[in-house]
Amino acid sequence: MKKLREFIIEKTIFLSGIASILFVLLIFLFLLLNGLSLFKTVNFKDFLLGENWSPVCEPPSFGILPLILGSLFVTLTAAIISIPIGIGSAIYIAEVAPLKIKEFLKAMVETLAAIPSIVLGFIGMVTLVPWIKRIFNLPTGLTALSGAILLSFMALPTIISITEDALYAVPKAYKEAAFAIGATHWQAIHRVILPAAYPGIFAAVMLGMGRVIGETMAVMMVTGNAPLIPKSLLVPVRTLTATIAAEMGETVAGSEHYFSLFAIGIILFIISFIINITAEFFLHRE
Amino acid sequence: MNLDKIVVKNLNFYYGDFQALKDINLTISEKEITAIIGPSGCGKSTLLRCFNRMNDLLGNTKLTGEVLFEGRNIYENKFDLLDLRKRVGMVFQRPNPFPLSIYENIAFGIKVHRAAERKDIPGIVQKSLEAVHLWDEVKDRLKKSALKLSLEQKQRLCIARAIAVKPEVLLMDEPCSALDAIATLKIEELMQELKKNYTMVIVTHNMQQAARISDKTGFMLLGELVEFGFTRDIFTRPKDKRTEDYLTGRFG
Repeated sequence: MKKLREFIIEKTIFLSGIASILFVLLIFLFLLLNGLSLFKTVNFKDFLLGENWSPVCEPPSFGILPLILGSLFVTLTAAIISIPIGIGSAIYIAEVAPLKIKEFLKAMVETLAAIPSIVLGFIGMVTLVPWIKRIFNLPTGLTALSGAILLSFMALPTIISITEDALYAVPKAYKEAAFAIGATHWQAIHRVILPAAYPGIFAAVMLGMGRVIGETMAVMMVTGNAPLIPKSLLVPVRTLTATIAAEMGETVAGSEHYFSLFAIGIILFIISFIINITAEFFLHRE
Repeated sequence: MNLDKIVVKNLNFYYGDFQALKDINLTISEKEITAIIGPSGCGKSTLLRCFNRMNDLLGNTKLTGEVLFEGRNIYENKFDLLDLRKRVGMVFQRPNPFPLSIYENIAFGIKVHRAAERKDIPGIVQKSLEAVHLWDEVKDRLKKSALKLSLEQKQRLCIARAIAVKPEVLLMDEPCSALDAIATLKIEELMQELKKNYTMVIVTHNMQQAARISDKTGFMLLGELVEFGFTRDIFTRPKDKRTEDYLTGRFG
């Protein structure tokens, strides 16, 4: 009886484990089969480097370079904004802030993490977008910069809380040793604690960026969605994710357009994959 | 007779309501090894940490009395804390090299104090490592992480790190308690050599160690300095009954 129970439990766990791998494989296979169908009729180079995305024109054009650049612009700018602010706040919370302020800030960061992205997008649309329009005197505030600012808000909680954990995980003995030699607090932080926490901080940044790359709806609401090659941060752009979200509902299943959206999915998949591999590589370098 | 390097006057120290040090008076002489012994929790580490104000890092503590370093009270407001810690180095119980390269560990103190020209740092690193007899073992892997060294090598490295900024006093908080017997002997030999140039205070719960290496010994119990004097006197004819009981192993 006991043996049977063990057997059932063991197999259930085994099946759950296998199932998750199986699902991933099936999803990937589905993505691959549909996405690759595009390349029966469209040249891969024209797809990846084509400068014109107009899938419903006659004849259609499936160049995703504007979309890749759109994603890249928005993501990199979000990184430039959120990484220094995120790491800075984490250092302040973990090392500098008095207890009461620390508690308050941690609660605020958690609140920020709890805001649904669509709500952030909505708030961004009615506040951030008009500001950008006014400040830079633009015809529209729906720009790459608006998307990047919004996304950096979404990346911040991830970056802050994981960096903070990484800083707390640095043994107190390092700090003590630094102080005992006569280092100032800041010297101890930047010469010892930050290098010691580096792998964790890197992971924090990567996870934050993962969230930024994958985010769709909020970005769609504030970036204007023009599939044009962006010449600056102050023009409307369209990201890879937003393209799929916006157009999937309007395509005919099995059409070239339909397949092209799956092909974009493959590209996104590859980008995330590269980010994860890079993160792993850095984390386990030592 | 050597000069008085550190003079402690009527020192009391409290963690919150708990009084950890009770009216301590003692004098640390220059270029001697002073050992402080006593059972766990007697306040010996707390006393040691008063000498470089490491206790400042803890919250909710109170200190009264004076600790004079070369005649000046280190607890007066104007005293330069960073300079004090440069002149009074510390080696901890668990070897705690930074998770940096061997080279960077030694260079750390020089860099934070801007104690030398950039071009002179490699020379100081080498000298410091030579002083602790680590140079030959690590000279080919200075860029490698210090965390890869053995425990004993790590502790030597920590001593080298402390002496790289040319301190005058070295405080050692049970520097051998994480090490095996052979490694302990090597560190003790090193301390004997370093005595020529440095004033040393060592906290230890190992009475034999105190007897082997120190010139003067203080015995602490429950926050009090029960007896303080030449090591040979303390160990051969203690004046206080409690010291005698402790040394003969009746408690502790």
